Amino acid sequence: MRPMSAKIVSIIEETPTIRTFRLDMLDWFRSKPGQFVMAWVRGVDEVPMALSFDNGITVQRVGQATEAMFRLKEGDTLGIRGPFGNGWELVGDNILLVSGGIGSAPLAPLAEKAAAIGVQVTTLAGYRTKEEAHFEKRFKKCGKTLIATDDGSYGHKGLVTDLMRDIDLNTFTQIHSCGPEKMMHRVLGILDERKIAARSQFSLQRYMKCGIGVCGSCCMDPVGLRVCRDGPVFKGDDLLDSEFGKYARDASGRRIKI
Amino acid sequence: MKLNIVAGGLTLPNPTILAAGILGTTGASLKRMASMGAGAVVTKSIGAEPKYGHPNPSLVKLECGCINAMGLPNPSYKEFLQELNVAREAGVRVIASIFGATEAEFKEVAQGLPGASAYELNVSCPHASGYGMQVGTDPALVRSTTKAVKGVVKAPVWVKLTPNVTDITSIGRAAQEGGADAVVAINTLKAMAIDVDSGYPILGNVRGGLSGPSIKPVAVRCVYDLYEALDIPVIGVGGISSWADAVEFMMAGAAAVEIGSAVYDDIGIFAAVSMGLSDYLDRKSIELTDLIGLSHRVVKHETYEC
Repeated sequence: MRPMSAKIVSIIEETPTIRTFRLDMLDWFRSKPGQFVMAWVRGVDEVPMALSFDNGITVQRVGQATEAMFRLKEGDTLGIRGPFGNGWELVGDNILLVSGGIGSAPLAPLAEKAAAIGVQVTTLAGYRTKEEAHFEKRFKKCGKTLIATDDGSYGHKGLVTDLMRDIDLNTFTQIHSCGPEKMMHRVLGILDERKIAARSQFSLQRYMKCGIGVCGSCCMDPVGLRVCRDGPVFKGDDLLDSEFGKYARDASGRRIKI
Repeated sequence: MKLNIVAGGLTLPNPTILAAGILGTTGASLKRMASMGAGAVVTKSIGAEPKYGHPNPSLVKLECGCINAMGLPNPSYKEFLQELNVAREAGVRVIASIFGATEAEFKEVAQGLPGASAYELNVSCPHASGYGMQVGTDPALVRSTTKAVKGVVKAPVWVKLTPNVTDITSIGRAAQEGGADAVVAINTLKAMAIDVDSGYPILGNVRGGLSGPSIKPVAVRCVYDLYEALDIPVIGVGGISSWADAVEFMMAGAAAVEIGSAVYDDIGIFAAVSMGLSDYLDRKSIELTDLIGLSHRVVKHETYEC
């Protein structure tokens, strides 16, 4: 598909570095939680963005493309291709979400859709510091929510994975995680120790060019799975003994240590 | 019917090959495509230094095919050698696609990727300034570049041709004179697309190349002309997405075919084409090699009858 023009109907400042863009695109766009779009800031770049709402993306300012997005105003348009990727699979009636930073984006709509059909949702959300906390209300509306911050300014002081120690992980029918790769790798390590990696799903990020499974930029070792098409959501046990947590490739294809 | 064939100095279990620039960035991905049925795989085009490529969008699916301007992103041969080896050590026939701005660079990259089953010279990328097509539209440069690479590697050397010339056979002849073991035809056709809401060209690089079903008739014609003009084999590529397309290319003169954009619909395309080909040969009670250039023989036969 060509990029479709989607007007920005509202911009919500979630934190000093994170904004949500709600887009006028529901006439032609249907997605499920965990899918993503390629968002094109014309004349600058096009980047993959998880859908944080049926019609929205939540963006952290990290580079040239997201800087350019932060300069956009309500009424401006983005070029949108998608939805792409597989999305989360809902398994059972009691799920745990483990979120780190902007990894909340694909998890919040999953929490809402799951809760809306009676699935019990528990969320562990980690942030760098209190002022970076976001989507807490969305998670709390869906069920029990525990917060951790790196500096202890809000909630538990430490890693979000610390919070996993105090709950019985075996009670969950499925565990969904998204966040920085090091954090997700720790989550997978904990689940693997308890022999429940097969009951987990992770949403991954890799450098993408085409977004449609053709170019090969986002392929993962050792199987060659494409994050844009075979993912971005992968089962935990498929990630064991993979490049996950070890390295990723940059835009040139060079391996970069995680 | 058996599908094994010798094409361009390579012995292949079947005549389907993964085209350059498609799912060829990592050794694991090349391995996966071979396991999906590709008789051989061509890597992403590799150069002497790391390149990040053009800004996105760099590949977009249009109504009639794909338009792309990747900009030759690659990690350099030094970094890519480990990827090549991952696939090679798994027994995959890997054809290294290489590019350079000079003869010396082509030689350096070819020598820097030892162990490839063959080398495919990318002298045909339509949208990387100083590389690709700027070499591939000049017969003298094609001849000397081919000769230079032939002088430093033992494996077969294929030359991938651009259709963006007045007479593709003159470039094909130059490759043959330079000692090429085969020519590969065709690379993408110069193209662009514009976003009608904003007026912005869609590709980050503005200009790019078209692939997919819409270029197939152009490619078939190029293969037909090259088969007639050259003594070396022609590898056909451009819009192949079914066994019938492969038959068509082989009848035009292709000794084997490369498949690229069609992996969008099905990464199992290689096995699907092979199965269809095999059934077709059974139905017709002919061998795979009978297909190669068949149309030329049919046309000549009819001409005599007139």
